[in-house]
Amino acid sequence: MDTGNIASVRGVSHVYGKVSALEEVTLDLPAGQMLGLIGPDGVGKSTLLGLLSGARKIQSGTVSVLDGDMAGKAHREAVFSRIAYMPQGLGKNLYQELSVFENLDFFGRLFGHDGPERQRRISRLAKATGLDPFLSRPAGKLSGGMKQKLGLCCSLIHDPDFLILDEPTTGVDPLSRGQFWELIDDIRADRPGMSVIVSTAYMEEAERFDWLAAMDAGHILATGTPDDLRQKTGKDTLEEAFVSLLPADKQRQSAPLDVPPLKAQEGGPAIVARNLTRRFGDFTAVRDVNFAIRRGEIFGFLGSNGCGKTTTMKMLTGLLPASEGEAWLFGKKTDANNIETRRRVGFMSQNFSLYGELTVRQNLDLHARLFHLPRATIAPRIAELLADFDLGPYADAFSGDLPLGLRQRLSLACAIIHSPDMLILDEPTSGVDPVARDEFWDLLVGLSRRDLVTIFISTHFMNEAMRCDRISLMHAGKVLVYDTPQNLAQEGGSSSLNETFIRYIQEAIGDTPAVPALTGMAAAKPTRQRSPGMTRLLAVSRREMLEVMRDPIRLAFAFLGSMLLMLLFAYGISTDTTGVKFAAFDQDRTPESRAYLANFEGSTSFVEMPEVTTEDELRRRMVANEVALAIEIPAGFGRAVTTGQPTSVAAWIDGANTFGASYIEGYVQGAHGSFMANRATAAGLAGMAQPVVNIEPRYRYNPSFESLPSMAPSVPAILLMLFPAILMAVSVSREREVGTITNFYVTPTSKVEFLLGKQLPYIAVGFANWLILTGMAVFLFGVPLKGSALALALGAVAYVAASTGFGLIIAVFVRSQVAAVFATMVLAMMPTVQFSGLTQPVSTLEGVARIMGQMWPTNYFMQMSVGAFNKGLGFLQLGPNILLLALFAPVFLAIAVLFLKKQEA
Amino acid sequence: MRSIANIFWLAIKEFRSLWRDAILLLLVIYSFGPGMYIESSGGGDMLNKASVTFVDEDRSALSRALQNALFPPRYLPPQEATATDIDRMMDWGETTFVVVIPRGFEADVRAGRMPSLQINIDATKTQAAAIGTGYLTATFNEEIARFAARQDIVQASPLDLVLRRSFNPAGNMVWISSISGLLNQLSMLTIVLTGAALIREREHGTIEHLMVMPLTAVEIALGKIVANGLVIFVAFVFSLFIVVKGALDVPIAGSEGLLLAGTAVYLFAAASIGVLLGIVARTMAQFALLIMLVIMPIMILSGGMSSIESQPIWLQPITWLLPSRHYMDFATAIAYRGADFSIVWIEFLWTFLLGAAFLAISLLLFRRSVAGG
Repeated sequence: MDTGNIASVRGVSHVYGKVSALEEVTLDLPAGQMLGLIGPDGVGKSTLLGLLSGARKIQSGTVSVLDGDMAGKAHREAVFSRIAYMPQGLGKNLYQELSVFENLDFFGRLFGHDGPERQRRISRLAKATGLDPFLSRPAGKLSGGMKQKLGLCCSLIHDPDFLILDEPTTGVDPLSRGQFWELIDDIRADRPGMSVIVSTAYMEEAERFDWLAAMDAGHILATGTPDDLRQKTGKDTLEEAFVSLLPADKQRQSAPLDVPPLKAQEGGPAIVARNLTRRFGDFTAVRDVNFAIRRGEIFGFLGSNGCGKTTTMKMLTGLLPASEGEAWLFGKKTDANNIETRRRVGFMSQNFSLYGELTVRQNLDLHARLFHLPRATIAPRIAELLADFDLGPYADAFSGDLPLGLRQRLSLACAIIHSPDMLILDEPTSGVDPVARDEFWDLLVGLSRRDLVTIFISTHFMNEAMRCDRISLMHAGKVLVYDTPQNLAQEGGSSSLNETFIRYIQEAIGDTPAVPALTGMAAAKPTRQRSPGMTRLLAVSRREMLEVMRDPIRLAFAFLGSMLLMLLFAYGISTDTTGVKFAAFDQDRTPESRAYLANFEGSTSFVEMPEVTTEDELRRRMVANEVALAIEIPAGFGRAVTTGQPTSVAAWIDGANTFGASYIEGYVQGAHGSFMANRATAAGLAGMAQPVVNIEPRYRYNPSFESLPSMAPSVPAILLMLFPAILMAVSVSREREVGTITNFYVTPTSKVEFLLGKQLPYIAVGFANWLILTGMAVFLFGVPLKGSALALALGAVAYVAASTGFGLIIAVFVRSQVAAVFATMVLAMMPTVQFSGLTQPVSTLEGVARIMGQMWPTNYFMQMSVGAFNKGLGFLQLGPNILLLALFAPVFLAIAVLFLKKQEA
Repeated sequence: MRSIANIFWLAIKEFRSLWRDAILLLLVIYSFGPGMYIESSGGGDMLNKASVTFVDEDRSALSRALQNALFPPRYLPPQEATATDIDRMMDWGETTFVVVIPRGFEADVRAGRMPSLQINIDATKTQAAAIGTGYLTATFNEEIARFAARQDIVQASPLDLVLRRSFNPAGNMVWISSISGLLNQLSMLTIVLTGAALIREREHGTIEHLMVMPLTAVEIALGKIVANGLVIFVAFVFSLFIVVKGALDVPIAGSEGLLLAGTAVYLFAAASIGVLLGIVARTMAQFALLIMLVIMPIMILSGGMSSIESQPIWLQPITWLLPSRHYMDFATAIAYRGADFSIVWIEFLWTFLLGAAFLAISLLLFRRSVAGG
């Protein structure tokens, strides 16, 4: 059935908690065209795209894409290989630690292309996008524009029929933006059948689209070609057309923004920078930057992504010390420790940096408090800002749940709450819709001209740059030019600032090689012979392994850390009792009493303390922990012993430490016995205390009964539970926090492929760790591995599979990395350290502790390890434990798969 | 004054953030509630349910008396086996002790020939082996002495040894394990909570935001310490009164107020460690690993699992740097020995000084770390 539509949406509504994002949206998207979704922030554009891509779960209504219902799992699975989705945010679905090539390679593998085919596709895409010189650069180190190109390449590698781009050019400089759209045009020329839908807040970009849907407040306002929309509204530009489509109360009331000229000010400049330079290692981020900004001036900072704008701003605020050069704010040198200057500055950083878990009002309140606004003025000031920034309806919403544009507004409100004399704003309007942006500038102009607030602002919008008093153009850490925007716009025969901008940057870059057209990307079927599931699983594994290798500090921590702990435990947990503080309480003072006490004085187990003389003193010194054992010998002891009269010796033991007390008790009994025996022999009284039976303890497996031989095999069992589990849990929840989990949502990767794929590298790491620890036990501690090494190795594999499996379960249930660390630690620590037989065999535990011990894999591996090392057990005897251990991993994995969601809410 | 207001508002912000994180709160409640109960009560007694096997080749009244002397809960009902089974049973870990009573044992005792009684001990079960051997020897000696006295083989010894345990006369394990359990939860939760709060601010860029406000690093760090410390403190009070004193029925000999004061000092030290780790670690994964490296020694070397005195000499000065060791010292002193402030003040002071030192190092690294990250 061919409807001529790539997708259609019928009566779709979507809510997040109480906030409604889409209300009864019905829309048909024509196939084979370039579709645009335009509208202000927070109107539901991203939600709609998320539903179309299958990343979000449909709440009500029907969404059909590529002639099938997206609510159906089978259809979704089938069309995932024909859809590509690029989420909002620069490089949000890229693996930042991996290189450009590795990112592309991963997506190629995921879709089942074999080596030569991947190579062909990657090189073609990389050439077409100009990314080929940077193939080995980590994605995280690319500029914003390049990240978006890479994101696009990753989306295109499997020749999708439907490309969904969510605000792909937000936060990207004009030059890169232009290149990005050219690239899209090339691709469409190459694959005419492909449908593309793009959401954007840049109205000037909307002109490029074949068909537009204008959205507001969860509704579709109008659809049609750009010309249709203009005609319908009778306006000249799309921007005006869009505004006139909005409900009356949302339309901008005031006249077009007019910036009155800056009056000459007395006094020195507000901001001065002289030869400001900042290096990070070999890389010079900012080189010899100079400027002087007058009070009340709006100073614009333009430049491509990553050119040093943010670094310069950080140096001005004192966040980063300058490598060379100096800066002055209000005539005072910037100094990281100068609190007074900071009171006069408002700063808004590029990324949203407020507390997402606080409400809008709470964020404002926090800033008001920290800037010490007088108590009485706080409430009215917050009310004023909420009104000025149209944040009133969201006052009690959590700021993390707000769309980008609203969050930016909140950031600015927070930055000006204390009426600063100077504002440093790093791309405050990126991602903000045109209406809101104009309002934002109204505020800025008011602040500048009325309150004489000096404003230092960076932006990618040329119309904003035109409103500045002066602008400076930066590239690669250097200021290229520095003038009024009007002069620059006309300079060298340019017709617009945009043109000047692009010309300067291109001159600075030098010759750009001609980009070959992207042709001949004919769709090819997956060329791999393996089953697609296995291919995807291995692709995930390979990628995870690369990421692990990219973070050598983490690996080193894991290996060296476990080695260090092994050392500490092996030597630190000891059951030998030494150094017990012993004091005599001798009320007899005869040779007999001294002979009795001599049993304690010579021993290394005891440290002799000054004698005790009274009961009170004994009590007091025991409380103060100065004495742990006191032997009280009554007056008349010597006479009683020599005459054979009954008498008694009292041993006072500090019972506060129960372990110690038991050992001391045993020792005292032994010493008592040996005194009696000596006494009897010496006195020739053979019958008096001659022992009747000779009890011979024989310590099997560890005849000298040292701690080391039993600790050395036990400690790895503890470490191999905790380390792999925590690494695994963090790794999965990080994908969720960073956003790369979207790649799992919108590709055909199944839950098992995703989880098992991520698990395999950590099993390998865990096994390597086992090898290291075992090597330490054998070679460093000299504890021989007497039993079957092969069986123990197999057990170790099963065991780390179980511990990483536990990490997966945790990760599936928690949302953040913090919670993952916390939960793994809290839940795993107790059963691993206390209930797995390290100090006490599991069979001797009580109640819940015993059940936990028996349900926990550590118990079985510790038994195996101790058995193999100390008892010399063979394969046959270790077999049952291997089988038991092997049961844990599949069960854990099954639980994780059961609770993992393949779609966002 | 300004500083105090800043710390107060920063702490309020922390509370609000934490309040939103249901999972973290649930985990705190679990740790100090059921988790604490399971951990402290799970160990049973010093020697609990020890499995003893007899190879009784004598089959006499005395050998039966020896078997009957072992009863629960300290021992499982003894099993019997033949000499050929010993190796297999011990290899498979089916029994911890094997007592071999040789043929003619009772007769030899009667005749005063001093026969041998062999106890084979599975030395891989460290603690049970060490303590069980002592208990078994004492029990057998007593039983044999009783038998011998009945048979008039030897007269009763005139020299008696009276063992008196102060502070915990019954040698109840739950007492010590509840204190070390509390300490474990305190250390783990405080460090993770505080450190993670800092890392999260850094990963979300909010720390930079704080750094450009008129706030000092000390205020930012103290805001975190106060807020997270207070949350754990409340959980601790709940755990001490409801779980330890209530459910586990452990008496506190000394002043509870003093114990709480000491806990507050310890929380400061632990939270400072958390701040330090949060500053040193670059990512959450690194933080998680670093936490393991720090928390495990804090828990295991504090003296709660095995006594400080039995640590090797080179290790003892190192464990002295762990605030947990000082906490264990003063907490057991207050809770069980009934020590007052005049005795524990020095441990309080050390705990505080260690905390202050960790905080000072954190502050030195603070700006550099924020700038670099």
